Amino acid sequence: MQVYLGIDVGSVSTNFVVIDEDGNVLVDLYLRTRGQPIQVVQDGMRQIEEAVAGKNLEICGVGTTGSARTLTGVVVGADTVKNEITAHAVAASFLVPNVQTVLEIGGQDSKIILLRDGIVVDFAMNTVCAAGTGSFLDHQAARLNIPIEEFGSLALQSRSPVRIAGRCSVFAESDMIHKQQMGHTAPDIIAGLCDALVRNYLNNVGKGKEILAPVVFQGGVAANVGIRAAFEKALGVEVIIPEYFSVMGAIGAALLAKSAVKEKGQTDFRGFAISDMHYQASSFECKGCPNLCEIVNISVDGEILARWGGRCGKWETMRKTG
Amino acid sequence: MKISFPYMGTSHIVISYLLEQLGHEVIYPPVPTKKTLSLGVQYSPEFACLPFKILMGTYLEAVEKGADTILTSGGCGPCRAGYYGELHKRILHDMGYNVDMIVLEPPLVSPLDFFRQSHKLIKKRGWINLARVFRIAWRKLQALDDLESTLHKLRPLALSKKQITQVYEDGLELIRQANSVKEVDEARDEALTNLQQVPADHSFTPLRVGLIGEIYVVLEPFANHDIEKILGDMGVYVHRSIFLMNWTKNNALTHGEEGEKDIRTAAIPYLNQLIGGHGQNSVGEVVRYAEKGFDGVIQLAPFTCIPEIVAKSIMPAVSRDKGIPVLTLFLDEQTGKAGITTRLEAFLDLMKEKRRIKQEVS
Repeated sequence: MQVYLGIDVGSVSTNFVVIDEDGNVLVDLYLRTRGQPIQVVQDGMRQIEEAVAGKNLEICGVGTTGSARTLTGVVVGADTVKNEITAHAVAASFLVPNVQTVLEIGGQDSKIILLRDGIVVDFAMNTVCAAGTGSFLDHQAARLNIPIEEFGSLALQSRSPVRIAGRCSVFAESDMIHKQQMGHTAPDIIAGLCDALVRNYLNNVGKGKEILAPVVFQGGVAANVGIRAAFEKALGVEVIIPEYFSVMGAIGAALLAKSAVKEKGQTDFRGFAISDMHYQASSFECKGCPNLCEIVNISVDGEILARWGGRCGKWETMRKTG
Repeated sequence: MKISFPYMGTSHIVISYLLEQLGHEVIYPPVPTKKTLSLGVQYSPEFACLPFKILMGTYLEAVEKGADTILTSGGCGPCRAGYYGELHKRILHDMGYNVDMIVLEPPLVSPLDFFRQSHKLIKKRGWINLARVFRIAWRKLQALDDLESTLHKLRPLALSKKQITQVYEDGLELIRQANSVKEVDEARDEALTNLQQVPADHSFTPLRVGLIGEIYVVLEPFANHDIEKILGDMGVYVHRSIFLMNWTKNNALTHGEEGEKDIRTAAIPYLNQLIGGHGQNSVGEVVRYAEKGFDGVIQLAPFTCIPEIVAKSIMPAVSRDKGIPVLTLFLDEQTGKAGITTRLEAFLDLMKEKRRIKQEVS
C-alpha cells in the first residue's frame, strides 16, 4: 500500500505520522526534540521503519514542517517543506471539514488560524513572547512538583480560581508564587493560571479576530483539560480536540507531501538508510563583514549537503541538494 | 566639521553628497550590523524602540571614527521619536563624547529653528552654492526612488536573484558618482536599462504586496531583515508605501502635502485624527492598497510603537470591509530570521489560495 510520511520538528517535540491514500493515520509518534533535531529525526525514522516493517507499506512521499523543517527536509529528502501555519490549517480542515477557527498552542509558539469555506483567510502567531505556551506550563508543573499530565485535571477541581497576571510569564510566575505563599490551594492557582493564559492568548494572538465555531484546539497544550475548559468558558462555544491533536502539523505535512508527489510524479525520499548515515552539523562565523553571520553546514559522511544562516546569501548558493 | 548621520535605506547616497558639496568632511558610519545593535542596546534605555537603539549604536560607531557633528531629523507628531535626537545627544554627552547634534525639524513647522540649524551646515560655502547642489541632490533622490521601484517590479521575475542584486548595487554606485543633473540622468537611465536587461521569467503574475508601517523599519533593511529582498526572492512584487522623495517632500520640507493628504482621507472612516508617527497613514494605505487590487499588506512596526499598535488594532476592521489580508510584524532585537520566514511563507500561501479562488469564481 502507498503511504505518506509527515514530520514536524518543533522546539519541544518532534512528531511523525504515516497516513494512507485516504488520509487515515496508520502510525503516529511523539518524541522530545531535546535540542538535537537531526538525532531525533534519525531516531524517529528508525522507529517508523520498525512500525511499517512487514506490513507491505511503501513510503511514497515525505513532507516536513516545524521550525527545523528545512534541516529535516535536507536530511530525509522531503518532497515538500512547508511552514507550520499552513500545515496545521491543512490538517485541521481535513479532519474537521467545516472548521472556522484553529487554536494551536505548542512548545514555544501559539497561533490562531481563521478559515472560511476551507480557505485560510487570516492567521496570527505570538511574536515577542512565549507566555502561555507549553514550555511555560511544563516549567510551572515542575516547580509545583505536579506531573504535567495531571496539571489540567487539577485545574478542574478548583472551586474559586485565583487571578493570575497572564501577560508575561515572569509576571505570571511571581503572581503564582505570591498567591501560593498566601495559602491558596494548588488547584485554585492552576485554574487561575489556565484562565490567565487563555485571556492572554485571546487578547494577544487572537486580538480582533472573529472567532467562529467550529473551533478546533490542537498542539501539545490541547492535552491540558484545564486550558480547554478555560477556552470554552471564555468563548462560550464547544472546543473540538481532534484525536491526533498533538501531531496535527505532521498530518498536515503528510497530506501536503501526498499532493506534492501526485504533482511531480516521484518522491525524493532518501530511504530509511538515513538513520544510520553520519550527519554532521557544524557552524562557523563568517568574517566577510561585521555582521559576523553564523553559517551552518550540514554534511553527510563528509560531503556538504546544505549551508545556511548568512544574511547576504553567498553561502546558501553553495547549497547542494541530495 | 567632521559630520556623520544615520543610515536609512539608500538616503545616505544623497545626504553624503549634499554634505560634501557644502564643504564638510563626511564620516561614514559603518552600515548597521549586529555589532551596531549590541552597542545601541547597551547604551539605550531598555524601553526605547528598535530605531532608537540602532541609531544609538550608529552614532557611537561614528564618533569612534572621529565624527564631531551628527546630523539627524526631528519630528513633531505625538510620537516619541521627536525627542530622540535630544536624548541621543544627552547620552553621548554623558558618555564623554562632546559631539554637536544638528536636529533638522520640518522647516514650515519651526522655520526659525530650521534656519538656525541648517545655517550651521550651509554658511561655509553660502546659500548660492546650496541652491546648485540641492538641485542635483533632489535629482539623485528621484533617481534612487526610480531605481528601487523598478527593482521591486523586476526582482520577483528575475531568473538570477543574485545577478539582479548586483546590477542594482552597481546602479546605486553610478548614481552616487554622478556630479551634475545631466550626469544623474545618464546614470539613472543606464542603471534602469541594466536592470531591464537582467533575464526574467514573464510566465507568471507575481503576488502584489504593499509594505506599510513605521518609516525607519520600513526603509532600513537592517531593521526589517531585508524583507523586500526576502519577498522579492520568493517571487513577490513589493510596493513600498514610503519612498525617500515623497517622505522628504511631506515631512522634511513641509508637513503633510498632496499625496499624503489622500492617504489620510482614506483613513478617516476608521481613524479620524493624527496619532503620531505613521499610524494614520498605515490605516489609509491599507484602504488604498485594497482599492488598487493588491493581494495583501504587510505592516512593519518596532516593538512597543504606539502609533502602529493603534493602527494594528484597527486593521481587522479595514481588512474585513475591504477584503484584503494584513500581516503585522513587530520588530525588535531578534536577528534570527526563521520566525519572519515562517510567517511570510504562510502569508504567501494564504494570498495564493485567495487569488486562486477569485480566479475560479471569475
